Amino acid sequence: MKSMKIISPNGHLGFAPLKPESFAIGVDARPDYIGADSGSDDVGPVPLGSDTSTSPVGWQTHDLEQMLLASRRIGVPMIIGSAGDTGTNSRVDLYLSIIRDLARKHKLSPFKLGWYYSDVPKDRLRAAIESGEDVAGLDGRPSLTLEELEATDHIVAMAGVHPYIKLLRQGADVIIGGRSSDCAVFAAPAIHHGFPEALSYYLGKVLECASFCAEPYGAKETVLGEISNEDVRVTAMHPDQRCTIASVAGHAMYERSNPFFEYVAGGRLDMTHCNYEQVDPRTTRITGPTFEPAPQFRVKLEGSGKVGERYVGLVGIRDPYSIANVDRMIDWAKQQVRERFGNAQYELHYTVYGRDGVMGAMEPKHDHAPHEIAVLVQGVAPTKEMAEEVALIGTRQMFYARLPEVKGTAGSVAFPLDEVMRASPAYRWTLNHTYAVPDGLTLHQTHLETVGA
Amino acid sequence: MTKTLAELAKTVRSKNAGVDKITFDIIFYDRATYEHVKQAKVLTRDSITALYGIPDSRISDFVEFDPGCAIKFTIYRTAPSGSAGDPDIFGAQQYAPLLGIEVPGM
Repeated sequence: MKSMKIISPNGHLGFAPLKPESFAIGVDARPDYIGADSGSDDVGPVPLGSDTSTSPVGWQTHDLEQMLLASRRIGVPMIIGSAGDTGTNSRVDLYLSIIRDLARKHKLSPFKLGWYYSDVPKDRLRAAIESGEDVAGLDGRPSLTLEELEATDHIVAMAGVHPYIKLLRQGADVIIGGRSSDCAVFAAPAIHHGFPEALSYYLGKVLECASFCAEPYGAKETVLGEISNEDVRVTAMHPDQRCTIASVAGHAMYERSNPFFEYVAGGRLDMTHCNYEQVDPRTTRITGPTFEPAPQFRVKLEGSGKVGERYVGLVGIRDPYSIANVDRMIDWAKQQVRERFGNAQYELHYTVYGRDGVMGAMEPKHDHAPHEIAVLVQGVAPTKEMAEEVALIGTRQMFYARLPEVKGTAGSVAFPLDEVMRASPAYRWTLNHTYAVPDGLTLHQTHLETVGA
Repeated sequence: MTKTLAELAKTVRSKNAGVDKITFDIIFYDRATYEHVKQAKVLTRDSITALYGIPDSRISDFVEFDPGCAIKFTIYRTAPSGSAGDPDIFGAQQYAPLLGIEVPGM
């Protein structure tokens, strides 16, 4: 193979549906692979901790159906990474059942369906810690402790290209991946066909978010990447979008601390010396990335643990005196919760919209008095009943807050609802760590079956 | 004359970089503007810590990214994204104060 083409129709499959028009153009361009990443840790710790998807199953099915039918029609493999937002085992199983149902629905000819899992049992990490292995923290976190591990409900290990390559070697036509680096979905087939690792990982990096590497801005449109032994070329498929030097180079920055480096299981992609060249109005050519294998093979672990059940309340304030003294009102309400629950375990959070609701302590603008504000109250506690009461006291006592010079003595806040509402339980990211393993398949067991036989 | 970053930049955005950090991208229309802003030293580690009221230790990376005509920096969150009380799970609205930064000599 002199060059290989792969299309990416969606940067987070399921979170919003792909756009069929540019996908059809991409399929007509006769790619060798169709791939999409379906995961993100942007959606917060709730989906991983509770082992659910934030994406509706209808949207997930829509995109899987479009991709599966195109893949079977033109006879090229389809690869999905980080199934169902989180890439947990249950999300892989969900996507497998969707694929099997679609195969039956459309009476597809038999094909090989491959998958791998990414869940990491807590016992494994407990044993590792107890035997003195370092589960090292990322981004300034300390090494994993047993206490933090026990506070965790669900852990996934981020795969590199390895389980994908194994399944491609075994002849998989459709691959449903557990949690993996976004770029592995696209780098794996390129490496499988013998293209240089550096260009392969770059191909993955540029395709992982679909049309985010194109301009003008427009998400969920298909882009096509082509890799050779010398370069990567990326082309926008939507007629009104272009992959320009600025949009492609700019994408290297997106969602990462440093635009020059991308860390994957087994090494690091270095984009410092990338050269970008506009070869036609919609295509940019990239040369010059390098890849450095890691001295020790470490995989990234993501973990999320439940903090408690959660209820939320909302109040509005219009009295300028009350607005100026809202912190005293909050202190009053917090004190009432303390008097009810003492030192029991709970959290009570206030977000003051109209003042610094979006930015909190980082808000630089303090020089204007808003004419009205809203306060969001969140109560978190071990049980549903207690969380509701924490939130209810924390909300309702804003009404009774005692400010010495307030004129309105009939109630200090406006209630849009005379209740507090149940929200998703509160979770937190407990693991953002790395763990040494012998190789890229240790934590990612692969499976293969024939569908439609 | 003086212009603001809102006038000079094509893109000013913020977004999670993993669960513990938020990254900021300021991307310019052309190389000349980018080089001018770089020389003007209005967007530096010091100006960022002053604007957001954070210590220098909160900044994990500060990069002048020539291939993208962009200045980019990344800060540590005080709690992981999506923890109860986090008002911006995606970190997507933290860039707004950058829009008003003034660049002299334009």
